[in-house]
Amino acid sequence: MEKNQIHRQVALLRQSLFDQGFIDEQFVQLEELQDDTNPKFVEEVVTLYYRDSTRLIVCIEQALDKNPLDFNKLDSLMHQFKGSSSSIGARKVTAESTQFREYCKAGNGEGCMRSFQQMKKEYITLKKKLETYFQLARQVGPLDSTSRPN
Amino acid sequence: MAAESQFHVLAVDDSLVDRKLVERLLKTFSYQVTTVDSGSKALEFLGFREHEDEEAEELSSSDSPSVSPNNHQESSSLRTIPVVIMSSENVPSRISRCLEGGADEFFLKPLKLSDVNRLRPHMTRTKLMHHKQKEENREEYGEETDDKPEIQPQNQPGMSSYKRKAMEEGLSPDRTRPRYNGVTTVII
Repeated sequence: MEKNQIHRQVALLRQSLFDQGFIDEQFVQLEELQDDTNPKFVEEVVTLYYRDSTRLIVCIEQALDKNPLDFNKLDSLMHQFKGSSSSIGARKVTAESTQFREYCKAGNGEGCMRSFQQMKKEYITLKKKLETYFQLARQVGPLDSTSRPN
Repeated sequence: MAAESQFHVLAVDDSLVDRKLVERLLKTFSYQVTTVDSGSKALEFLGFREHEDEEAEELSSSDSPSVSPNNHQESSSLRTIPVVIMSSENVPSRISRCLEGGADEFFLKPLKLSDVNRLRPHMTRTKLMHHKQKEENREEYGEETDDKPEIQPQNQPGMSSYKRKAMEEGLSPDRTRPRYNGVTTVII
């Protein structure tokens, strides 16, 4: 495929991630930190996020297995997870994390389980989409600022 | 921009992702950056030794008032470092407590490039004050230099900035913290 075409594909894919609410303005902040001296910064941070947050997800899963549920612990774990998620601009994941915490505060175990499952779905979906995006982006190099949303 | 490299920021955050982010953010402004994952490591890095009775816990999670160091000289060095708190949660009461407790500024996470500009006044103000106190402090910094050459360039006492994450439990309202002057510490 011609480089210009791939370039356009990358820009469209990127735009769709924003339009569909998968990522938010914070992702743009990450992009602004990427330059010639750190050409793969965004991908590095996202990779780090997925690697690091796996640990938290396992902890939350284990905590959800307990009976009775320790809502304080669950909330604390999710607070950490939510922090990292919002730091990379993972909008839907962050929203579900917030929802989870609301359920924790309300002591609603079923709500926690439901929103946790939903959060994991979003988490995995985002991971796949970003992997595709980075793979494609690697083929063309840095996007110029005209392809960015306002 | 070259002038910024004389400012050294010590970033404290238990999140790996946030440490990477803050490091990159600060480096784009040409600050020197060191990251650690806990308050106790931060204190260690500054050459602050722990009490026998483990009073020197992580600042971020401790309910007890400010740690009292064994070494008076170290303590007064520490007192010269301003503090900035950072949190992903916007809880006004907690923020007020931090500011009343001696923090110089509060940032909401995730940190943006525009936020880093707000750090500068704290560091330059400190640098100016520190320059005046330079003669008095030379002895103290001389001691610290042995352990941390990376913080202490040649004749200039280290401009350490701290960042520390405010935790859920927050800081004790009774916490008395000396007002910092001199070297800027930004603690998130």
